[in-house]
Amino acid sequence: MSEFSTKGYLDMELLRFTTAGSVDDGKSTLIGRLLYDSKSIFEDQLEAVKRASIRRGNEHIDLALLTDGLRAEREQGITIDVAYRYFATPKRKFIIADTPGHIQYTRNMVTGASTANAAIILIDARNGVTEQTCRHSYIASLLQIPHVIICINKMDLVEYSQQVYERIRLEFSNFANKLKLREVTYVPISALHGDNVVDASQNMPWYEGGTLRHVLEHIEIGNDHNLVDARFPVQHVIRPLSDEFHDYRGYAGRVAGGVFCTGDKVIVLPSLLSSKIRSIDIYKGSLDEAWPPMSVTITLEDDIDISRGDMLVKEENMPLITQDIEVMMCWMNEKPLQINGKYAVKHTTRDVRCIIQEVKYKVNVNTLEKIPDDLSVGLNDIACVRLRTTKPLFVDPYNVNRRTGALIIIDEATNNTVGVGMVGTNHLLNGG
Amino acid sequence: MKNKFTLTHLEELEYESIYVIREVAAQFERPVLLFSGGKDSIVMTHLAVKAFWPGKLPFPLLHIDTGHNFEETIVYRDNLVKKLGAQLIVGSVQESIDTGRVIEEKGATASRNILQTTTLLDTIEKYKFDAAMGGGRRDEEKARAKERFFSHRDEFGQWDPKNQRPELWNIFNGRKNQGEHFRVFPISNWTEMDVWQYIMKEEIELPEIYFTHQREVFNRDGVWLAKAPFMTLKDNEHYETKTVRCRTIGDISCTGLTLSAANNIEEIIDEIAATRVTERGGRADDMRSEAAMEDRKKEGYF
Repeated sequence: MSEFSTKGYLDMELLRFTTAGSVDDGKSTLIGRLLYDSKSIFEDQLEAVKRASIRRGNEHIDLALLTDGLRAEREQGITIDVAYRYFATPKRKFIIADTPGHIQYTRNMVTGASTANAAIILIDARNGVTEQTCRHSYIASLLQIPHVIICINKMDLVEYSQQVYERIRLEFSNFANKLKLREVTYVPISALHGDNVVDASQNMPWYEGGTLRHVLEHIEIGNDHNLVDARFPVQHVIRPLSDEFHDYRGYAGRVAGGVFCTGDKVIVLPSLLSSKIRSIDIYKGSLDEAWPPMSVTITLEDDIDISRGDMLVKEENMPLITQDIEVMMCWMNEKPLQINGKYAVKHTTRDVRCIIQEVKYKVNVNTLEKIPDDLSVGLNDIACVRLRTTKPLFVDPYNVNRRTGALIIIDEATNNTVGVGMVGTNHLLNGG
Repeated sequence: MKNKFTLTHLEELEYESIYVIREVAAQFERPVLLFSGGKDSIVMTHLAVKAFWPGKLPFPLLHIDTGHNFEETIVYRDNLVKKLGAQLIVGSVQESIDTGRVIEEKGATASRNILQTTTLLDTIEKYKFDAAMGGGRRDEEKARAKERFFSHRDEFGQWDPKNQRPELWNIFNGRKNQGEHFRVFPISNWTEMDVWQYIMKEEIELPEIYFTHQREVFNRDGVWLAKAPFMTLKDNEHYETKTVRCRTIGDISCTGLTLSAANNIEEIIDEIAATRVTERGGRADDMRSEAAMEDRKKEGYF
């Protein structure tokens, strides 16, 4: 029988985490083990993977075939895109954004990281901290993933040595000083043999921390949202015009920051008019308060002209209202960034246009050094960029609020999302 | 200790889906919700109702009708539409066959599953829908695991999985050119278990065939299929009466039935928690090849 009880499942929390890694570092093995050991791989899926592995002439069951869903991926044996996988333990439900780890997939790693509460970074115990570790950690820092778990893998190949573990741990923490990681946890594992993945390892009695699954189940995620600065981007205006709700005018949206309570005084941006919250409505009822990431409908005491793209905030802590914005930008498209080029911008529920005014520097994601002399920004490049928008945006620094600090850049000719930006730059590199 | 400002996973998924559905209403001129009568589209409709309350649904429901339905699904559909005061549009595969748009498959394993794509695309074109919301979930199938919330379709309705738009945070890019449309999947991040738990929590009514009943069935390649006038038996097959229920609902010709005595949601959840086969394991349409779903999706399938 299953370890789930019908009632217990209703109280679970959701944790989204990302993994980055390439073919050889055991990432697929690790995910395969997490899924398999939590009974999230079904027999027909396993059968299909077994059949495909044999057809390919593989010696072992290739668990990567579970996540590599597209024909081209299976043919070429590579992961092209972000794959989402799901599993649950009796404590939590998990969403894995599984991304390839090579430098040419930086944009996929950035995508996977954008919604993650936690990141798993794998280090091969034989190699220690490498360029790849550096890159993955930088992305975790850039995207401000609240929790980073460093899995020192392949401990079986270094005789489960505590010395090796401690050395790598020190090596990483020295390097991580250059980054702004909020919380780092270290776990020595062997994904292949299962040491410290789900069950505690008999081979590493010196390790006193929890297994990877234990860490994933117990990370504190309640504080991952900004609960201080009230931000409510208006998504849609609800006007039923029915007999029963004739004068109803509600502002539908998702709380992006802070806590809104009935009776709170709010300021509407950009008009700067103020009013009081009459009600916070959900289906057939009302709430006393709402916080991120709740989707609610707010009604106000006063009749004010408010539409999509406006934002409800509070007087005591306003966002920055500005047309000049500096962002760290990851470029997502083959067509390079055009300096002085014009693009469409989406920020919260607001649509504006912008002109790229200046590229200040690019970042070498392997060494974290600034590249000041090459300012051409192409696919997978990360650069500090200054842009000016046609209308003001209501922004917070990305390290203060991941929702109001994020924007995307769209090519107006192709309608493609070509760049993504994180507002502010001081959270990236020390002295940056 | 739990922080006061935490949410359960079902609350978080619900808020995410409501956000996506509202985003569709805000970004598109003529959205539509694809309604099959299955549990996923029922949950999606429920979420849409919640998203716009006290307003009405700001878009119609579209049912692509293969003509090969479980009767109970149609009864359920018509009751729901009446209760919600929603507009229902039906795209008929039979009509696509009659007008020569598609040719009916032949043989004992013939199915109208693939034919639906043409009917769907024709209906989208006819009504000039620019966004069609579907109940697809990423945990269902490996090609679906790569799907975006906002999935761009070209003027032929095709999906280009290798060239999808990056989708970050909760910022959705629904910009498109004339003639193109979007498929939107508001419950992308839900698993089968989440859907059932939510149905229990919200006390959502379902078509009766999800619960145990006696039915005349026959076994084909290990899958139990229902007796229906348009199904042809092969030589080695015969009808027998079994206690069954549906785990998923699709076209009757390719929906496998589960031998089950589960009579309420709690029992269904216990059954699913203990099962070791995916829900699409019983779907003949997915077994045609390793990339059956990807190939259908590229052409414009749900």
